[in-house]
Amino acid sequence: MSKINPKAEATLEKDENEIANRQTAGLSQRQIVIKRFVGHKAAMASLFTLIGIIVTVFTATGIRVGGESFGFTIPGWWPYSITDIDPEGAIASMCNGGVTGCPTLDLAPAFMDGDGVKFGNHPFGTDIIGTDYFALVVRGAQQSLMVMVIVSFLGILIGTVVGAIAGFFGGIVDAVLMRLTDMFLVTPVIVIGAVIGFRFGNLGVIPLALMLGFFAWMGLARFVRTEFLTLREREFVDAARVAGASNRRIIFKHILPNAMGIIIVVGTLLMSGAILIETSLSYLGFGVRPPDVSLGLLISEYQGTFSISPWLFWWPGALIVSIALCVNFIGDGLRDAFDPRQRKHISIKDRKRAKEMKRLNS
Amino acid sequence: MSKANQAVLQVDNYSVDFWVDGVWYPAAINMNFEVQAGKVLAIVGESGSGKSTTAMGLMDLLASNARVEGSVKINGQEMVGAKKTLLQRTRGREVAYIFQEPMTALNPVYTIGFQIVETLRTHFDLGPKEAKARAIELISMVEIPNPEASFDKYPHQLSGGQRQRAMIAQSLSCDPGLLVADEPTTALDVTVQAEILDLIRNLRDKLNSAILLITHDMGVVADLADDILVMKDGLTVEFGTSDQIFNRPNHPYTKELLAAVPKLGSVAVRQIEAELVGLPPVLKLEKVSIEYPKRGRVPAFRAVTDFSLEIYPGEIVGLVGESGSGKTTVGRAAIGLLPTVEGKIEIVGRDLTKPTAQELREIRRFTGIVFQDPGSSLNPRLPIGESIGEPLLLSGDAKGAELDRRVEELLDSVELPKSYRNRYPHELSGGQRQRVGIARALALTPSLLIADEPTSALDVSVQARFLELLQELQDRLKFACLFISHDLAVVDILAHRIAVMQDGRLVEVGTRDQILKTPREDYTKRLIGAVPIPDPAAQRIRREARLANK
Repeated sequence: MSKINPKAEATLEKDENEIANRQTAGLSQRQIVIKRFVGHKAAMASLFTLIGIIVTVFTATGIRVGGESFGFTIPGWWPYSITDIDPEGAIASMCNGGVTGCPTLDLAPAFMDGDGVKFGNHPFGTDIIGTDYFALVVRGAQQSLMVMVIVSFLGILIGTVVGAIAGFFGGIVDAVLMRLTDMFLVTPVIVIGAVIGFRFGNLGVIPLALMLGFFAWMGLARFVRTEFLTLREREFVDAARVAGASNRRIIFKHILPNAMGIIIVVGTLLMSGAILIETSLSYLGFGVRPPDVSLGLLISEYQGTFSISPWLFWWPGALIVSIALCVNFIGDGLRDAFDPRQRKHISIKDRKRAKEMKRLNS
Repeated sequence: MSKANQAVLQVDNYSVDFWVDGVWYPAAINMNFEVQAGKVLAIVGESGSGKSTTAMGLMDLLASNARVEGSVKINGQEMVGAKKTLLQRTRGREVAYIFQEPMTALNPVYTIGFQIVETLRTHFDLGPKEAKARAIELISMVEIPNPEASFDKYPHQLSGGQRQRAMIAQSLSCDPGLLVADEPTTALDVTVQAEILDLIRNLRDKLNSAILLITHDMGVVADLADDILVMKDGLTVEFGTSDQIFNRPNHPYTKELLAAVPKLGSVAVRQIEAELVGLPPVLKLEKVSIEYPKRGRVPAFRAVTDFSLEIYPGEIVGLVGESGSGKTTVGRAAIGLLPTVEGKIEIVGRDLTKPTAQELREIRRFTGIVFQDPGSSLNPRLPIGESIGEPLLLSGDAKGAELDRRVEELLDSVELPKSYRNRYPHELSGGQRQRVGIARALALTPSLLIADEPTSALDVSVQARFLELLQELQDRLKFACLFISHDLAVVDILAHRIAVMQDGRLVEVGTRDQILKTPREDYTKRLIGAVPIPDPAAQRIRREARLANK
């Protein structure tokens, strides 16, 4: 055994190389960003909550693909739809001295003086005529999420591109694009929504979202432009140019990642703003119209019954708040992930440990 | 006891710590010193040694996460743990500060006169007229031309040197017993620096103030200081008289620091290898003029006029001039980052006067540039491995595993560990970042390297290592190099030839010895005469010679 097996030696060498390689292996920017994002607890929790909400909302009552006359419906697992009326069920779940349609959801378990965990027929209750409120809220959340996604996608896309081009090239391009932005900026979205709603009637939520998206990019465009104006003067841009980078590469590889923080922050604000804009338009009767529902429409429709059946308010409100919160937390996590200079928060535990260490040392 | 009474500032067992990430980090440890009226104590050290922190801590000017311990006595009055009102009264009246950056230290929306009057009236019971008269007196004392008119000028209307003078006038307004000057000349040109140092010296003689001078520049110290305190990592390394520190340093760190300071005329001329002599120039600028185009109502600005220079293979040409002389503009134009309005630029035999995008891309293979500010020249969102590899990737020279290998080679050649390629710029020190800058510039083994003040942001010891590295690389790779610098001593070490610029024009160009030893033009002579040299005795002789010539 004195002679070392050449094969084993080769493996050994290979292993050593691999260890050395692993240490110096380059992580791409994307890998690093993902790694950091996964380490952000609040953002990950929010991400899973949001995914949970989205999955629940889109599978419960099924989705209608296509228009009224054609297309098909993917059925959901919830027995009621927004057009089913169940007056007996509403009467069955009476509470507070004669108010019909109370939520049958009961989360207090038996050992805490409750009747045990049960969902009942209408966990979110029903409205006055007996429509299942869970179905309504789910449908509303679908619409609101769709609006949110489409508006923010369009807003971020247009805003970033316009801002980046204006800021990077400057001069006449900048002037023209910024005056265009000003023109969009002075047009009230509500008026546009009203005109389109009036002219085309109820087209559904997607055209509405597209329209809103075309009027949601101006703030972001200005922020991105300012960011680009300062970043393009930095020496690393010149360095990239000397290295032979094209304008496109400089914009997307070098400047844009540095402007990512502002895009994400404004983008998340845009998302929560989109839900609110849709709400206000629906409230005014220009957005989503009955019999279809959205979270905003639900709130405005039942605002008169708040004192009698407050759950008609709670559920859509809670959903709006949780969606907006999740989006903001995810935005927070993304911003931290994109910024390598971001230092981790120092917890009280860390401080205590440091004190303890000092005490032990001295 | 009688001696202690004379000391304007007396510091005993003085320590400063910062609370960062749950740990007290010491910034200054157990310092003891005193400054007497009419004396200058210089605190010398590299960046991060705690010299500025020491000075700021004296008057409790530090951030809220700092902790000051020990004793600081100003005219016998204890300052550590003193009441806010007492501190406030002492600041300005008995202790005045001069900061490094006169532009940011003066409020841009008020005239300098207003700011001086404000200080005067805060501390003394003066009417507006008397205050104005006193302010004008102060302005004339710091030798700002035309004091009456200057009273109504805003900071941006003054030059850098005049702004620094205005700052000094403001800090002198209350006849402070102690003047703390934190890097007062670092942001200034050498000729202006010499004037400000003269001014500070005159004021010390006139007002008999004690001066605490904080600086990293051994030349400035030699010019001004009576006593010197050398700091490193918060510790007092050595304390002694100026003569003792410069001529008989005890501590190895002091010796190292002194050895790292580049001295004029200390190195032999480097020879260009015979095989490279006689080849056509790598860079040829012929009567080049460069303008910054007009923007709105601001007219076009001609930064460089009629500039001609040739750089041959294997040669380092130093380009020297004061700030605003157009040297950076020349450097940028030389690699096609700026267009020219007149004249002709040729790089490796290609005409680059009116370059097309295609020509520019081709020329990138033969050129590299190292920028001045290592903080801004690397993309903060890219790991340095990607920054270094970018020229290789974009030129199509290497990709994938081959690219990784080349990047590691380059890191090796600038003496950085291979594992650094995954680090981000902010995880590296200034010197390391500048090495990354070199590695990137040399990635394609260019025939022409432009180095735009690569060492001006570095400490002397880091600068010395950096210059050594650059020389080694140049010996090995034989690139031609345009080395732009305001520091004649640095250029002296590296350059074969030196070109001097003033106000966008070439003043003179010649071999190193010719420029430094027998300069023809007055401007060059003045420039060389203004460089403070780190030797108190020699510096005194030079200063007197300079003043006699005035």
